[in-house]
Amino acid sequence: MKFKQHSVLPGFNLALGFTLLYLSLIVLIPLSAAFVRTAALTWPEFWSMVTTPRVLASYRLTFGASFAAALVNAIFGLLVAWVLVRYRFPGKKLVDALVDLPFALPTAVAGIALTALYAGNGWIGQFFEPLGIKIAFTPLGVFVALTFIGLPFVVRTVQPVLEDMETELEEAAATLGANRFQTFSRIIFPTVLPALMTGFALAFARAIGEYGSVIFIAGNMPMVSEITPLLIITKLEQYDYAGATALAVVMLVISFVMLLIINFLQWWSRRRGVVI
Amino acid sequence: MSIEVRNLSKQFGKFSALRDVSLEVKSGELLALLGPSGSGKTTLLRVIAGLESADTGQVLFQGEDATDQHVRERQVGFVFQHYALFRNMTIFENVAFGLRVRPRKFRPAEPEICRRVHELLKLVQLDWLSDRYPHQLSGGQRQRIALARALAVEPRVLLLDEPFGALDAKVRKELRSWLRRLHDEMHITSVFVTHDQEEALEVADRVVVMNEGRIEQIGTPDEVYEHPASPFVYEFLGKVNLFHGRLHRGRAWIGGIEVEAPEHTEAEELSAVAYVRPHDIHVDRVVNGDGAIGARVSHILSVGPVVRLELTRDDSDGKELIQVEISKERFRELQLVRGDQVFIRPARFDLFPAQIH
Repeated sequence: MKFKQHSVLPGFNLALGFTLLYLSLIVLIPLSAAFVRTAALTWPEFWSMVTTPRVLASYRLTFGASFAAALVNAIFGLLVAWVLVRYRFPGKKLVDALVDLPFALPTAVAGIALTALYAGNGWIGQFFEPLGIKIAFTPLGVFVALTFIGLPFVVRTVQPVLEDMETELEEAAATLGANRFQTFSRIIFPTVLPALMTGFALAFARAIGEYGSVIFIAGNMPMVSEITPLLIITKLEQYDYAGATALAVVMLVISFVMLLIINFLQWWSRRRGVVI
Repeated sequence: MSIEVRNLSKQFGKFSALRDVSLEVKSGELLALLGPSGSGKTTLLRVIAGLESADTGQVLFQGEDATDQHVRERQVGFVFQHYALFRNMTIFENVAFGLRVRPRKFRPAEPEICRRVHELLKLVQLDWLSDRYPHQLSGGQRQRIALARALAVEPRVLLLDEPFGALDAKVRKELRSWLRRLHDEMHITSVFVTHDQEEALEVADRVVVMNEGRIEQIGTPDEVYEHPASPFVYEFLGKVNLFHGRLHRGRAWIGGIEVEAPEHTEAEELSAVAYVRPHDIHVDRVVNGDGAIGARVSHILSVGPVVRLELTRDDSDGKELIQVEISKERFRELQLVRGDQVFIRPARFDLFPAQIH
């Protein structure tokens, strides 16, 4: 089997070598260190450590809130992208720039700002408090923070695809008798679906790893509003390195499997002729 | 199904795309909207389809006012220049789309949809591609699929927006004659937009020449080519030579030749331009009869049955070029070579008073 194909641009060997080295240094070695550290534990030790009720509750919160936040972002991010692509209105450039703010803002700043807003006496929290809904210092708060940080991923991945989509497709659907809902569900949505899934995957992955903004708003009550990354930090602070890496390995494996599934779904939907 | 358009006007900002356009498309006819880009031809087609709404004016289908009808309800088949096939669907599903989106009551059963789609795919001779996706097809195939998709809903009229514009020359010619044959079989009222005069003259029953949002002339290909109604139509349809001259009381003087101009009897000392097609110029080596214009052969292109000559007029310091087309036989008779002195005489021409600029 021959890997190298003739190309007018030289440097295949060098480029591939560099890529492998770079990925090893930046990604593979640190990740495998986590596995090596965990190896200090015996299997039963490891298993009991990663399945204590407190840890299980943190998994549920982390993955559940991340999934819900990514889902909400997928829906509303699509909406925001649609508005930014299709309509012209004053201040559009500003709104477009605002979308990137969660990227740029230090997560701690976002966490503090959100906590101030959603606390029982905050600007927004005060309207929910009388209804018996507490946002800050509950799992709901975690969800809010994760939604905030995940928004740009969906908007920025869907936007270019919507921009590329000819309005002629919609016009063609209309001349064939399709109503707006049919045009959306059969033409527009399938076209943006792969990009939407990419955005969802990115937002989801980001949310799982999010720490800074969440710890301020979560309240960090064990069993209720404690996320897994926080548990890892707690263990580190107690010099329980093996325990911390054990949790890290579990998160790593779950995240990897999920991204794999999403990648497969993407490949599957793309294979169905959505490429140009 | 006849189409009538009454006094349509449409502005895009400060740009007038249509200025008071009225037009009638007869039932079963294949009509070409011909014009340069920006002439309003595509806008007119889109207004007929309902994809664009005019500022003023009416669109009537079979005498019924359809101006306020939504594009969904107009039952028009529309073919786009860039095909606009649905990328996420197979060819089969693309063609079936119009049937599948019908309200449940009017939706044909699955076997019926299948039968109809395959019938249409056979009609466009691409039955074997039904499981493919649009990106696996060539441009010509995609456009034929787009046509099949448009025909699937049994449209009352077929509208085509530069249907062959994105295809290469050879495929374009093939599809052109194929469309003509298809139309002869189906007799569906069709309007197509093109900027290619050859395409319009070759395919259409009637041609509408448009310029700057107005209709310049409507007629059969013969009529618009042989009897252009305006200098614009003359220059847009085929090559033409311009001879500047004078017009006075039914007589004209062009390049030293005096000719009758019976349709301009009331003209008083007007400057005028004679428009002459290259094949309507008579070439000789000697002056015979009522005078002629002296010229010199500057270029000869003798490939094919028609010989093209490029002449420079003697009285223009070699600046004014005249394109002439003569038959091969005539060319052999004259035995012309570059640099020869010849005398030309417009055999047939149209005079238009010079436009004031």
